[in-house]
Amino acid sequence: MSRESNQQNAGFDIHEDGDGTITFFFHGRLDMSTAPACLRRLSSIKSRRPPKLLIVDLAEVSRMDDYGAMVILQLMQKLNLGSDSLEFANADESHQKTLSRVDFGRTARAMPFGRPGNIIVQLGESSINAVKGALFFVEFIGSMVFAFLKAIKQPRSFRANDTIRYMKTTGVDALPVVGLISFLLGLVMAFMSSLQLSQFGANIYVASLVGVAMVSELGPIMTAIIVSGRSGSAYAAEISTMKISEEIDALAVMGFDPNLFLVIPRMIAAMVVVPILTVFSNIFAIAGGMTIGVFILDLSPGMYMARTIEALTLFEIMWGLLKALVFAVLIALTGCFRGFQAKGGADAVGNAATSAVVTSIFLIILFDSIFAVIRSYW
Amino acid sequence: MNREEIVRVKNLVVRYGRDLILKDISFSVQEKEIFIIVGGSGSGKTTLMRHMVGLEAPAAGQIFIGETDISAVSEDRFFNTLKHIGVLFQSSALIGSMTVAENVALPIAEFSNLSTGAVAAMVEIKLSLVGLEGYADHLPSEISGGMKKRAGLARALALNPDILFLDEPSAGLDPVIASEIDSLILHINQTLGTTIIIVTHDLDSIFTLGQRAIMLDKSSKNIIAQGTPADMRDNNPNPVVRRFFSRKPADSLVKS
Repeated sequence: MSRESNQQNAGFDIHEDGDGTITFFFHGRLDMSTAPACLRRLSSIKSRRPPKLLIVDLAEVSRMDDYGAMVILQLMQKLNLGSDSLEFANADESHQKTLSRVDFGRTARAMPFGRPGNIIVQLGESSINAVKGALFFVEFIGSMVFAFLKAIKQPRSFRANDTIRYMKTTGVDALPVVGLISFLLGLVMAFMSSLQLSQFGANIYVASLVGVAMVSELGPIMTAIIVSGRSGSAYAAEISTMKISEEIDALAVMGFDPNLFLVIPRMIAAMVVVPILTVFSNIFAIAGGMTIGVFILDLSPGMYMARTIEALTLFEIMWGLLKALVFAVLIALTGCFRGFQAKGGADAVGNAATSAVVTSIFLIILFDSIFAVIRSYW
Repeated sequence: MNREEIVRVKNLVVRYGRDLILKDISFSVQEKEIFIIVGGSGSGKTTLMRHMVGLEAPAAGQIFIGETDISAVSEDRFFNTLKHIGVLFQSSALIGSMTVAENVALPIAEFSNLSTGAVAAMVEIKLSLVGLEGYADHLPSEISGGMKKRAGLARALALNPDILFLDEPSAGLDPVIASEIDSLILHINQTLGTTIIIVTHDLDSIFTLGQRAIMLDKSSKNIIAQGTPADMRDNNPNPVVRRFFSRKPADSLVKS
């Protein structure tokens, strides 16, 4: 138990011969406690022409460990010397023991710590990874289609209980948050639009504005974003945990199709539940709009509802629900895909969950734009 | 043997909630020896080790590392004591997002006041001590179980500890790798003079390495045998001990 630092007896004296031999007389302790001080003194020595021979004299060294050996290594690097021009003098038995544990030649040559390659290599590597990721995604979608066909052909292999459980966690458990957010969204939309519309005395159009905006656009998007944050990330986390703990391999070895076992139930649950949640979201948002309409804009509830119903068409509602269905597929697909992609340790779970949310929100917005384009050229 | 007692456990009692795990345990470990804590699964050997390195506080009793009672000491003093011990966990406990070299560099960079280059050189020395040259830049997930143990050992040895705690160093390894790890442990003990405390139930390791051992028992929650491993195997009257060392179930013992 002796590691109190006593730096005053850390150190060395240098003796140079005319014939190119340089001798370092170390004294005191040459171990973990004195190594930083020795290195500091070494770094203040000016670099010079490499000597022919470096002699390290250990006669006065009371105690030496591998941190001391490291000091000698650094000295060699400083002097630009290989191990063949290094000699030890007056090393006693314990010093010998320490020195024998360190391969001076090899360790001096070894490049400590790998550096990342230069920028071109990095660019190439990340491009290759991106292509690999895309290929994996295509493969994944293909195997999903097969799993679906299998589930239809062999309904017994379809896991109904799991599906119902996922419907509960994805749908029923999300109701409060979807309801609250949609209600507030409806409130805000109605209030903000009334500020403008009241200038024209057109308060009554608040009802149709909230109704149409929610049903055809915001309802499906808000619901999908909430579900992807709540459940898409959960799918990715669950599946990636199973992946890194070899549970998926275990399923495969037992003869289960991991896609059929893990993805199809989640996918079907999402496809059933997200459109229903969207309907709820629409209803809550319209209720929020009506709250503003009745209490601030002095509209009657009956009139508000009548305007809303008048503004909405069946096509509009079905269009919104179709979008919700597509978003559901995207959420389940990216969540499960990111989960299957996970590799490595526990940090892979966090990465999978994060990238599942980011990817699915991106895809939701992208597909929403595609839907908008389709509609405008219908 | 007139060596200093470097670790002393006095009347240690461990409880988890209402469950009594260890009942009134006392023993001591001498400087520079390899000391083995033996016991069947569930006998509390890992729990004992977790208390000895201060990860858990005992319900009663004292644990001395050197002169410090780590169960009743200020945060600062305990922290100082920690620098004198190294621990290899059963799972190796390497940090998954860091390379082998970064794992070993972690304690060196934090506690030794050295420049980056010097730390890197130290890491290289430590890795070659455990025979892991050339694996510095691998992630823990990319190396085998035996290499993980070696890397964990290099990290445990990073600050040249006086005492090394090893939790089941050969668990989950094949016999060849396990014996390699055993000889590495012997080598460390002989060349560095590190006191080594091993928790294991691997009979080969016990007889190859153990200079002294204690055996814990699940039912009595106490030490049921101590001494040299060979002595425990050959001369102990307790059937539980004999059964453990002869690797036989209770029935065959009755018949023979």
